[in-house]
Amino acid sequence: MSATSPHRERWLGAYLALGVLFGIVLTKGELVSWFRIEEALRFKGAYLYEVFASALAVAAPGFALLKRRGTVLPPKALGRGVRYAAGGAAFGLGWGIVGACPGPLFALVGAGVGVMAVTIVAALAGTWTYGYLRPRLPH
Amino acid sequence: MMTDLWHRSWPWYVTGPLVGLIAVSLLAIGSKQLGVSSNLRHLCAMLAPGKVSYFGYDWRREGLWNLVFILGVVVGGFVGGVLLANPHPVAITPAAVTSLAKLGIRDFSGLVPHELFTWHMLLTPRGLIMFVGGGFLIGFGTAYAGGCTSGHGITGLAGLQLASLVTVIAFFAAGAAASFVVLPLLVPR
Repeated sequence: MSATSPHRERWLGAYLALGVLFGIVLTKGELVSWFRIEEALRFKGAYLYEVFASALAVAAPGFALLKRRGTVLPPKALGRGVRYAAGGAAFGLGWGIVGACPGPLFALVGAGVGVMAVTIVAALAGTWTYGYLRPRLPH
Repeated sequence: MMTDLWHRSWPWYVTGPLVGLIAVSLLAIGSKQLGVSSNLRHLCAMLAPGKVSYFGYDWRREGLWNLVFILGVVVGGFVGGVLLANPHPVAITPAAVTSLAKLGIRDFSGLVPHELFTWHMLLTPRGLIMFVGGGFLIGFGTAYAGGCTSGHGITGLAGLQLASLVTVIAFFAAGAAASFVVLPLLVPR
């Protein structure tokens, strides 16, 4: 390790590998599937809810164990909660319209659904607009 | 058959625990929190920070790991969606098929409806609303809420964050509203 690069990330290879695995899980687990998302949002099937529940059944105890061993998980301050309710609602509208959330947008580009690249650019414009308007938005 | 084993889609009890395991691994390896939408902020900070304070931070220090992760997701999407593509139509419930067929969806093969997710559709007013308007809302909303389905839905809920519960309820409610009310106006019949 060079002493001149104090912020050098040590495990980039591991993050890349976990990203590849996440992309495979998103596609093979059909979390990128427009059909699966709309099935869940129309309350016509339990698949997505079963995935979330079982993911949390693994992640929640895992996080609790890591916290006990000293890992810091910074708390998200609820405050008045406006940003979470309004931001969540805006995101949800987009999610229901496109049928994909941010992770799947990237996985779908890899899976060859080219138009999703345009949706990613539009999402970047949305994030940039939030950054620009942030001082004037209620949080 | 061997090929069928590799190409068939995974059941929820394989998919869900693996998602949880990835979130736990990121936290264990480098105290990193699974959250894809942060990358939209990092990409803005990298490409067009302007004079906006929200983008005035060291994206390499905060987000390089996550950008590398998301590059992996694109590669994983190719592996899972092309190399190991499921040749069969998606196994959604009959009720879901009926519901989506009423919208005008006929082809249930692949990851997205082939008649909808085309460059031609993008150039129509409905397609613009769907792919550009929808994408804008995704980017704006996730930045406003500080997370998406992964950051709030998995990491936040697994960390027992009340803020994440509020966000998750909001995006599921709005997602249902969009699917029931907005989507029927956008799918061509």
